[in-house]
Amino acid sequence: MSARLSSPNIQLNELGKLHHFLTLEGLKQPHLVEILDTAESFINPKTKEIKKVPILRGKSIMNLFFEPSTRTRTTFEIAEKRLSADIESLDIQTSATKKGESLLDTLWNLQAMQVDMFVVRHAQSGAAQFISQHVAPHVHVLNAGDGQHAHPTQAMLDMFTIRKHKGDIFDLKVAIVGDVLHSRVVRSQIQALSILEAREIRVVGPKTLMPESPEALGVHVYHDMEEGIKGVDVIIMVRLQNERMTSALIPSEKEFFKLYGLTEERLALAKPDAIVMHPGPINRGVEIESAVADGPQSVILEQVTYGIAVRMAVMSIIMSNAAQLSQYKSEQATLDLEGHQDSNPSKEEK
Amino acid sequence: MRLVIKNGRVIDPTQNLDQVTDLYIARGRIAGIGDQAPEGFTADKEIDATGKWILPGLVDLQARLGEPGSHYAGSIATETKAAVAGGITSICCPPDTSPVNDSQAVTELLQRRARQAATAFVMPIGALTQDLKGERLSSIYSLKQAGCVALSQANSPVQNSLILKNALEYTVSHDMVVMLRCEDSLLKNNGVAHSGPVSTRLGLPEIPPSAETTALARDLILVEEAGIRAHFSQLSCARSVEMIADAKKRGLKVTCDVAIHQLHLSEMDVLGFNSLFHVSPPLRSMQDKTALLMGLKTGVIDAVVSDHTPLEKDDKLLPFGESIPGVSGLETLLPLLLKLVQEYDLDLMTAIRCVTQNPANILGVQTGSLETNRPADLSIIDPEGYWTLDPEAMVSEGKNTPFKGWEFIGKVEQTFFQGRPVYRNPNL
Repeated sequence: MSARLSSPNIQLNELGKLHHFLTLEGLKQPHLVEILDTAESFINPKTKEIKKVPILRGKSIMNLFFEPSTRTRTTFEIAEKRLSADIESLDIQTSATKKGESLLDTLWNLQAMQVDMFVVRHAQSGAAQFISQHVAPHVHVLNAGDGQHAHPTQAMLDMFTIRKHKGDIFDLKVAIVGDVLHSRVVRSQIQALSILEAREIRVVGPKTLMPESPEALGVHVYHDMEEGIKGVDVIIMVRLQNERMTSALIPSEKEFFKLYGLTEERLALAKPDAIVMHPGPINRGVEIESAVADGPQSVILEQVTYGIAVRMAVMSIIMSNAAQLSQYKSEQATLDLEGHQDSNPSKEEK
Repeated sequence: MRLVIKNGRVIDPTQNLDQVTDLYIARGRIAGIGDQAPEGFTADKEIDATGKWILPGLVDLQARLGEPGSHYAGSIATETKAAVAGGITSICCPPDTSPVNDSQAVTELLQRRARQAATAFVMPIGALTQDLKGERLSSIYSLKQAGCVALSQANSPVQNSLILKNALEYTVSHDMVVMLRCEDSLLKNNGVAHSGPVSTRLGLPEIPPSAETTALARDLILVEEAGIRAHFSQLSCARSVEMIADAKKRGLKVTCDVAIHQLHLSEMDVLGFNSLFHVSPPLRSMQDKTALLMGLKTGVIDAVVSDHTPLEKDDKLLPFGESIPGVSGLETLLPLLLKLVQEYDLDLMTAIRCVTQNPANILGVQTGSLETNRPADLSIIDPEGYWTLDPEAMVSEGKNTPFKGWEFIGKVEQTFFQGRPVYRNPNL
């Protein structure tokens, strides 16, 4: 029965390499380091520009956005174009009342148009995994955000940014401030930081914006901002959605800023060389004051550029893993054939 | 037809009976039990049940039978066949049919279809409020006249406390049991999974235990005030078991049940987003599961139900949160109960009592017993029969079971309804 207790890692192929990219949970350090290193290789070290490469020429990628998004979709499209892929983007508005047939029928119809990879965003947690279980074996699924579950490319670009500034993630203290409960980005960031062995991961915010069991994520919880960011190397501010006020999770933006807003005074409590991150777009005066957002310790705008390189890295790794796997399989088939030609009797008995 | 079933181990909680003996059936009723045939009894047919168990037909307090309406799979004909394949011969059908069973017409339709199928005893439960909306009272007296054995709101508890208070007070003079599921819809807040480590990890919208316990606290107080006999359906939380125990100590006329899947599964099973594990109330923590089992062992929990919800494949072919909650459970109620006996030290007599005598008493019906003159509803079980659950081999039209591949010891071989054979295991 213990087999039922662990979720199998369905995103890896027979060689233990990425086949889909659904979540960071269950991945190992080499998987993440490969993504970061590959992303690095796409950035021209002198001009800081992102190269255009022919790696995915002839490959077809479809961006399926079941939930509206402009920024993530745009960075994916740019990344795909820089890899020379053929791309198509679809906004699919769904309602929860629709029958299951429609989601899968849509998917299978699109798949029949010779798609190699789906980039999927969906409002339901687990949707990317669900889709990956129903596509043809040669089709790859890349999660561009599912419900409150995961947003692994966003987390990887944050890791990339941290590595750029701090060298190594190992031994860093990181504080994530704000709405942890509703954030798929935070869940993925926490997983990435744990896999890369950050020394300490803290989450800071009011109890109403924390999930039921934050300890299950391997983090320390702080309800006090000053305590939470004291001595950290990295501060990640999370965007506060307006819905949080209407559902009585916090009283007002003003009070939230009083308690958790990142000001220059508070920033001084972190390490002197601490960096400040935010996935954007910023609510100035709600999560962060302008002086900090535009200040020397802020790396917020860099994150956007790196996002393109990281997404290129993930897509190119997945496609090259697929090529490697098919080569491995054809080699195995040749070996099997040779084995049979040896006419080894003991083998045939099997 | 007169039938004698010889040498079986007859287990009947109503008589505190557990012995190897013979059981006699005449004119669709139990004619007697014992080594001596009743006077004047001559058998037309004899079944040798050596090494087998004879159980009263099980009484299931909640199973959806697919009719009327199209939002569940199956029909009364197919689902009553599934029931008897699982040893269940008396079935309460909740009012969340389409149209809702809030009228004499729907109740009579259910009964007519059940009579045509003639496979099991179907007991309609009437809606407490019109269209289950929790706003206006159903015609409770008419429903009782039509033959409803109880009233409930199925999975749509009345949120408005004043309306529930009125409904309970109105019902009290009609001497009908009210079945209440406790769930505060505001605290549920569109959640789909128990709030705990798994919902935290998967980012699934959370349903806190307080969604059940605050509603239960309110309902207990209103039930006490109204002085009505109430039955609480499908408890899922440890705290709820304590609250029911306290209420019983206070002398309230309350009983409760738990769905069998809650005694075997927990939030851990939701890892992997498998929508077959999407149920309502949600699968809760290991501690909750243990407390429910303890509640069953100590008698705080009176009954175990299948909460059978046969669904079409498409209803589960969706991301977890969009899938329809529910388990196709008729065929696994008894096997999973026996598994608790075999693996979790549940007393066999207690286990059988929770699906026979107790639910029959809650409803005030004659079934679920092997006493002389009761309807001859019973099944013959091979206690050693080993089998593995294959959803495609299930009789129910709903193949939505989370127990695929589970191994069971104890197999229903034959089921009799009112003395007639209604099921025979095809592998016999």
